Amino acid sequence: MEIKVDSFKFLPRIIAAFYRMSDRQPEHPIPWTPLPRPLAECRFGLVTSGGLYHRGVEPPFDLERERREPTWGDPTYRTLPADIRQAEVGASHLHINTRDVLEDVDILLPIHRFQELAAGGRIGGLASRAYSFMGYQGYPADTSAWQEDYGPRVAAELDAEGVDCVLLTPA
Amino acid sequence: MPVLARTLEAAGLSTVLVTNMPFWAEKVGVPRTLALEFPFGHLLGQPYDAAQQMRVIGQALEVLETAHAPGAIVHSPETWPVPQKEAMKDWQPLVPSPVMEVLASRALEMMRQSRRRQKPGF
Repeated sequence: MEIKVDSFKFLPRIIAAFYRMSDRQPEHPIPWTPLPRPLAECRFGLVTSGGLYHRGVEPPFDLERERREPTWGDPTYRTLPADIRQAEVGASHLHINTRDVLEDVDILLPIHRFQELAAGGRIGGLASRAYSFMGYQGYPADTSAWQEDYGPRVAAELDAEGVDCVLLTPA
Repeated sequence: MPVLARTLEAAGLSTVLVTNMPFWAEKVGVPRTLALEFPFGHLLGQPYDAAQQMRVIGQALEVLETAHAPGAIVHSPETWPVPQKEAMKDWQPLVPSPVMEVLASRALEMMRQSRRRQKPGF
């Protein structure tokens, strides 16, 4: 028997109430890129919206502006090298407790698990850089900058690295 | 994040989204989704539990291999090993996010309006 995931299980009731009011319908057609070859030959890219950044190399997400304008969220992205050390991982996200991801980045951005998968031959390889967005895009959410600007830019960077497949992990 | 899945897929990448909110995956129309009941900020598992993380990733890779039509949503059998009440407290920020205050006042206003509507008018 299949278990059905309860989308509202971990949501505070007030947010769940607002979400349930949504009458959004998917825009068709849903994009589709068939898997080009077996996974053992595919190069992977990792993208999270956990608000992660490379500490000391790139700035955190703009949480100061979000504090001033609570219905706005930073739409930019950060890059993290696949060989980043845990101590170099920063997290700026006001909607989750970042304690655990600062202990172990793999719970959101599984760079070490994917290196193991590549070493074991389950996948063809891992891109040298991973990408992080910060998931909160305001209320009501405005994802136009993601769709028109930052998303296509990340796609182009992944493509330039010869990536075929992407695992997306929201916060 | 569901819109990013669509954007990357449309740019020629094969994507799979791991989410605890298949509600949005369905409403936005995500190409491939692995849904699982893990708390926010912990979509692949608990810190230092590499075996649990690898199980979830393995399931996501299977979705990538087996989904044959856009909009595929597979529900994972994984369960979160921490009791619900504790898990709810664990994932949330220590200080509520700034928008919570905005939402609370909007909810209050909506309740007031619906109460007004329920009163018999003359």
